[in-house]
Amino acid sequence: MSVVIETKALEKIYSESKFPVHALRGVDLQVHKGEFTAIVGPSGSGKTTLLNIIGGLDRPTKGRISVGGVDIAHLSDNELIEFRQKNIGFVFQSYNLIPVLTAKENVEFIMLLQNRSKEERIRRTESLLNRVGLGDRMDNRPGEMSGGQQQRVAVARALASSPQFILADEPTANLDSKTAGSLLDMMLEMNREEGTTFVFSTHDSRVIRRARRVITLVDGLIDSDEIREQ
Amino acid sequence: MGAISSLLVLSWRNIWRNKRRTAITIASIAFAVFFATILGSIQKGAWDNTVDNVVKFFHGYLQVHKEGYSEDRTINKAFPLTEELLQAGSMDGIDGTAPRLESFALASYKQYTKGALVIGTDPTNEDKMTDLKNRLVEGQYFDKSRDEAMIGEGLAKYLNMGVGDTLVLIGQGYHGANAAGKYPIVGLLKFGSPELNKRMVYLPLSTAQYLYSADGLVTSLALIPSSREVAERLEPGLKSKLSEIGYEVEGWQDMIPELVQVRELDTIGAIVITMILYAIIAFGIFGTILMMTAERRYEFGVLVSIGMRRWKLALMVWMEIIFLALIGVLIGFLLSYPVVLYLHHYPITFTGEAAAAFEKFGTEPIMPASLSLSVFVRQVLVVFLVTAVLACYPIININRLKVVEAMRS
Repeated sequence: MSVVIETKALEKIYSESKFPVHALRGVDLQVHKGEFTAIVGPSGSGKTTLLNIIGGLDRPTKGRISVGGVDIAHLSDNELIEFRQKNIGFVFQSYNLIPVLTAKENVEFIMLLQNRSKEERIRRTESLLNRVGLGDRMDNRPGEMSGGQQQRVAVARALASSPQFILADEPTANLDSKTAGSLLDMMLEMNREEGTTFVFSTHDSRVIRRARRVITLVDGLIDSDEIREQ
Repeated sequence: MGAISSLLVLSWRNIWRNKRRTAITIASIAFAVFFATILGSIQKGAWDNTVDNVVKFFHGYLQVHKEGYSEDRTINKAFPLTEELLQAGSMDGIDGTAPRLESFALASYKQYTKGALVIGTDPTNEDKMTDLKNRLVEGQYFDKSRDEAMIGEGLAKYLNMGVGDTLVLIGQGYHGANAAGKYPIVGLLKFGSPELNKRMVYLPLSTAQYLYSADGLVTSLALIPSSREVAERLEPGLKSKLSEIGYEVEGWQDMIPELVQVRELDTIGAIVITMILYAIIAFGIFGTILMMTAERRYEFGVLVSIGMRRWKLALMVWMEIIFLALIGVLIGFLLSYPVVLYLHHYPITFTGEAAAAFEKFGTEPIMPASLSLSVFVRQVLVVFLVTAVLACYPIININRLKVVEAMRS
C-alpha cells in the first residue's frame, strides 16, 4: 500500500507564552492508503496538534511532513489552501456545515471551489448523499437535521473533493451512541469497500474499538502503535 | 451555479442569518440616505432656483460682448450684430437672442435727478429671456416701435413721477457724443433688489441706440438657451469660436461670481452636515461589521481549512456588506423620493421677513427640491464608498486569520 501521510521527527513548540510548550517532540509516522486509523491519547498529548499539522492547518517547528509525497510544510499559505481543498477531507467535531446552505449545497460547495462542472457536481452530490443515507434530506438545511445527519453530510462533504484521506477530529464526540455507531458503520463500509483512508483523533472507546490501527500519543510522542487484524 | 454566483447566494443568505441585526443596519443606512437625499435635493433645488432666478432676471445664461467688455463695461465697446453673431444665436440649443445696449445716464424729473442704468432691448426677446412683463406693477409693457420707457418703481418714487410723466435722460453716448432724450413712462417695474428698483430704465433698443448715438450697435448679445445645462455645454465651444473673431463669451458663472462663491460655500456646509450624518451611521454599520466578524471567526476558520481561498471568503463578506448597503440605499430612496417629488411640486414657501430677504436678491421666496439624478447618484456613491471602506476591516481580518487559532475560538 502506498504511503499517504509521512512524518519524520516532527516537532511542534508553542512559544507564545512565557514558557514554551512542546506539543510534539519528534513524531515518526506513516499512514498508508486504505487505513482506518485512530490517534488517541489523553488531553494535552498532542493529538490535535498532530492532526492540524497533518491537515496542513498548522506548520511544524521541526521535522518533515509529507502528504501524498508533497512536503506541505514548505507550501505557501495559498498553496496550502489549494492543497487542502484537493487532497484532504475534513470532518469536525461540531459538523461545521454552512448553516445557510442545504445538505446538497454544502456537499456541492467544495466542488464549486474546485471548479468542477455542474453535471459532475450534481451527480456526485446526489450519489454521496445517497451513500450516507440522506437521499431524502438533500434540501434540508443543517438546522433542520439531527446531529447524526449533519455529521453524515459533513462526511459526504469531506468525500466530495475526492481527497487522498479524511481527517476527522473527534467526529462522534457530539453524537449519542446509536448515532455514533451508525456513523462509524458507514465510514468503515466506505473504508472497506472503496478504500477511503480515515485518520481520527478520538477519545471515544467505540471508535477506538473499531479502528484497524490505534496510535497512542503521550506527551507529544508516539507511545504505542497497534495494528489490528480485522 | 458558478463559483461567484454561489458566493452571491451565500452572501445573500448570510445577511439574513441574524434578521434583527440586518434590519437595524439596513434601517440606519436607509435613514441616512433618506435625510441626506432630502437635504441634498432641497439644497440643490433651492440654489438652482436662486441661480435661475438671478440669471433669468437679468443676465441670461450666456452673453456675447466685444473683447475686453467684462473688464471695462463702457458703451465704447459696443459692436454691430454681424452675421457670425446671429449664426451663434441660431445654433442648436439656442432658442433666441436678446441684444442689449447698456449704459448709464442721469434720469431726471422736475427738480429730482438720479443716476440710472439704461437698458435698450428688444421687448419681446427680453420678456422671453427675463420674464420682464411679469415685473410690471403699473401701466403697460413697452413697445419697440415707440420711444417710451419703463422704470423701476423705486426710481419712480425717488423722482416723484408716475405712468404718463416724461423722463429726461442725460448722459454720454458712443465715443463721447452727447446723449439726451425725453421719454414718456408707460410702465413701472418691481425688482426684488431695492438697488435695482432705484436704478433701472428700460428703452426699446432702437430708442436707446438713437439716444447714445450708437446706431445699429449693442453692448451685449444675450443668448437664450433651452436650459442651463445646454448653456453650460455650449459655453466652451462658443468661447473658443467667438474669441477668434474678437468677441468674449461670458457664462452665468462669469457674470455672477459672487453667487457662485456663496453657492459653493453653502454646498460645502451641506456636505459637511451630510458627512457628519454618514459618519454617525458609519459607526453603526461598523458596529455590525465588528460583531459579525467576531461571531464568525470560527466559521471563517472552517471555510479556509476546507479549502476556500481567502480572497473568495473576503469577497463573500464584502458582498454581504454591499448587499446591506444597497438594500438600505434602495429603501432610503423609496422613502425619500415621494417626499422629494412633493417638495419639488409644492416647494417650501417663505412668508414675511424671510420672503422679503429672498426678494431682496431677486429670487422667489421658495425652496423647491431638485429631482436631479446627481443628488441620488451621489448618495449611492457615498454609501458605497463608506461601506466599501468599512468592509476593509473583515477583509483585513480574513487575510490575517490564523486558521488554528480561529477554530480554537
